[in-house]
Amino acid sequence: MKIYVTNVLVDDQEKALRFYTDVLGFVKKTDVPTGESRWLTVVSPDDPDGVELLLEPDSHPAVKPFKEALVNDGIPFTSFAVDDVRKEYERLRALGVKFTQEPFEMGPVTTAVFDDTCGNLIQIAQHGPSPEAPKNDG
Amino acid sequence: MEAGRQDDDRLGDIFKALADATRRKILDELTERDGQTLFEICTRLAMKHGLGSSRQAISQHLDVLESVGLVETRREGRYKFHHINTEPLNGLVDRWRRPDCQEDA
Repeated sequence: MKIYVTNVLVDDQEKALRFYTDVLGFVKKTDVPTGESRWLTVVSPDDPDGVELLLEPDSHPAVKPFKEALVNDGIPFTSFAVDDVRKEYERLRALGVKFTQEPFEMGPVTTAVFDDTCGNLIQIAQHGPSPEAPKNDG
Repeated sequence: MEAGRQDDDRLGDIFKALADATRRKILDELTERDGQTLFEICTRLAMKHGLGSSRQAISQHLDVLESVGLVETRREGRYKFHHINTEPLNGLVDRWRRPDCQEDA
């Protein structure tokens, strides 16, 4: 058994596809109509055969209060790995993305949290030092 | 100068709010970066200070700090941010200080 797909619950699949591809930089992998909605997934261009992210409609009545409660408390339910959180933070902010948590370094991990415009907060996490950080040669 | 009953109650509430180590840590973290979500505060307390308090417990600590005015919340759209306000600390202990010890009149 292995994990091949994970999901974010989005309020609008088309809007989500634009944000997750045009803004975040993922690429569309699967797009199949399934009755009212689509089986719509994106992948990282760096890992096209890796885990897919399913942009799943949030139409179930239980989802809305759940998402609102998470956002109210600033809780990201999904986390993506990046090489350099600060660089990504600057890039996304320039594209108009709204952050609820600026980059914050805690030991070996640096994180930031942004709004995906589809009702979710997303964390980006960097494990280890920035690629561009000056090397400590002693 | 005799403190009024209301002022005295308020003083007691502020000291009670500050008497808890977790609440002091929350104020420390808000001093470092003002305007944080509950998630960020919880993350900082857990990662920087090794505090295992639940989100619910931290939320209650924030309520105590807010009730005495040391923390203020700001809504921005669907998010809620917490800010520190040190104004309630001004002149807190002046009633016991001798006039010649006060920095400012």
